[in-house]
Amino acid sequence: MKPAFTFRHMVIAALIVGLALLPLYVALTGDRFMLTLFTRIVILAMAAVSLNLILGYGGMMSFGHAAYLGLGGYTTAILSFEGVHSGFVQWPAALAVSALFGLAVGALSLRTRGVYFIMITLAFAQMAYYLASGMARYGGDDGLSLEARSTFAGLMNLSNKTTFYYVCLVLLFASILLVWRLTNSRFGMVLQGVRSNETRMSAIGYPAFRYKLTGFVIAGTLCGLAGALIANHTDFVSPSMMFWTRSGDLIVMVVLGGMGTLFGPVFGALALLFLEQFLPHLISFIVRPFNPASAAKAGEYWQLVLGPLLLIIVLFARGGIDGLLAMLSDKLGRKVRP
Amino acid sequence: MSEPMLHVENLAKRFGGIVATDNLSLDVAQGELHAIIGPNGAGKTTLIAQLSGQLRADSGRIRFAGDDVTALLPHKRSLLGLARSFQITSLFLDLSVLDNVALAVQAHAGHSFHFWRNARKDEALRAPARAALERAGLADRADWPAASLSHGEHRQLELAMALAGQPRMLLLDEPMAGLGPEESARMVTMLRALKSELTILLVEHDMEAVFALADRITVLVYGRVIASGAPDDIRANAKVREAYLGETDKAGADHV
Repeated sequence: MKPAFTFRHMVIAALIVGLALLPLYVALTGDRFMLTLFTRIVILAMAAVSLNLILGYGGMMSFGHAAYLGLGGYTTAILSFEGVHSGFVQWPAALAVSALFGLAVGALSLRTRGVYFIMITLAFAQMAYYLASGMARYGGDDGLSLEARSTFAGLMNLSNKTTFYYVCLVLLFASILLVWRLTNSRFGMVLQGVRSNETRMSAIGYPAFRYKLTGFVIAGTLCGLAGALIANHTDFVSPSMMFWTRSGDLIVMVVLGGMGTLFGPVFGALALLFLEQFLPHLISFIVRPFNPASAAKAGEYWQLVLGPLLLIIVLFARGGIDGLLAMLSDKLGRKVRP
Repeated sequence: MSEPMLHVENLAKRFGGIVATDNLSLDVAQGELHAIIGPNGAGKTTLIAQLSGQLRADSGRIRFAGDDVTALLPHKRSLLGLARSFQITSLFLDLSVLDNVALAVQAHAGHSFHFWRNARKDEALRAPARAALERAGLADRADWPAASLSHGEHRQLELAMALAGQPRMLLLDEPMAGLGPEESARMVTMLRALKSELTILLVEHDMEAVFALADRITVLVYGRVIASGAPDDIRANAKVREAYLGETDKAGADHV
């Protein structure tokens, strides 16, 4: 039997506690930047968690998931621009718009498979991108600034960075709880059955399309909420948040963290954004002793290092970071109990 | 006599110029184990696919337990109690053995738009799934990943999944394919036990198994029934010996 509390569980527990106590660290050190960085990590982790529901558990390789970040964000920003500042209106609207978009995209794309599915989801996301670029009233290519963050009738003040961080964190944990319940429910079993062998699912009596579409819409809706958060975080939305490379980032987070695992996407988001943030500095730091003049310049080539690094992790740690942790747990577990 | 469990009337299916099923009629009585044999390319799997609904017949009628199922989709037939196992094992390899069967049970338990309760702890699904595993002789493998089972165990799992919906009739497409002698013998024992509870249509190349199990045998050649009867009649049938074995001497017939 598996030990009840493994090394992997310990890391996950540490992650939860660490995220919960981060504002304390910030208060003690005065390192406000960390709060900003981690708010971003938490929001994008939520987007990755939502993508993981369909990509990891449902086997649906959606290449347009960032569209929902944009839709949620733009819904919030546009309502704010038009004078509606209440989050009680903005956020449900963001969810509704994302759900409708998911329904439309899913209804068409889920009739196809493989590369066609990937291309259609990508095409719809690019449509959303160009639509946003074309909305002259709302800034077009330049994007749109939020006049004020969403208000919640005095219940909470999102302009307070610590409050906002905790709102995001609670919503991330709620998303993980939701995905956990969903994936273990009858619905989730069907989703995983479809991922594993769709032909067989149809043969034993499941109308697979309906279940896939439902999962697709839930994932999109959840990501729309992350979009509303990110608009509040940056006080700004622009078409670029829907660009296809953004969708790619979300996929990388899920794959890097561990597809079809509960906390994998959180690890993935954490790892990718940390690398994005600190790899340039690290490279400059390593290059400096050898060639001080070009150290700063070398840091600009951080993606040249990130690419192979991701490749190595994906190739050698099958199951991503979560898989790596599970492997370590296995080794440690064997050492402890002979 | 009551109506047969399965009644096939003038079924026909062609793929381009090839006649896969040629005006085929067949009755399977309730509680009978009816075997279909025939050389490669006789249209046995095509027949099973039409009976289960994966393939649509060009013409003809199929009645199951009194209902006309000719136009029904596979899962509708499965819900009526007509279950099939696959010749090529088609499982959910990355799920556990018990999950595989529980999914088959769940398919018969109404829609699956239940989003919150833990299905892996739902006895309404788990208990029948474990019972089906028991009947297929896989009870001790319940928690293994399906991918880790042997080939023979995969066939048993196929059988358990077919049994999970508590069908009235099983369509078994070569359940012994690729099995070793020991595994084959175990499968024969299992099918013999099932035979008393279910109607079974068995397509099989393993003649020893067929003659050990079948109440009646139908011989198919080029999509046409050339003989149908009790095992002893089929063994003695000259037409079968000629067409099926391509030889007419008495010695060859002994191996049929």
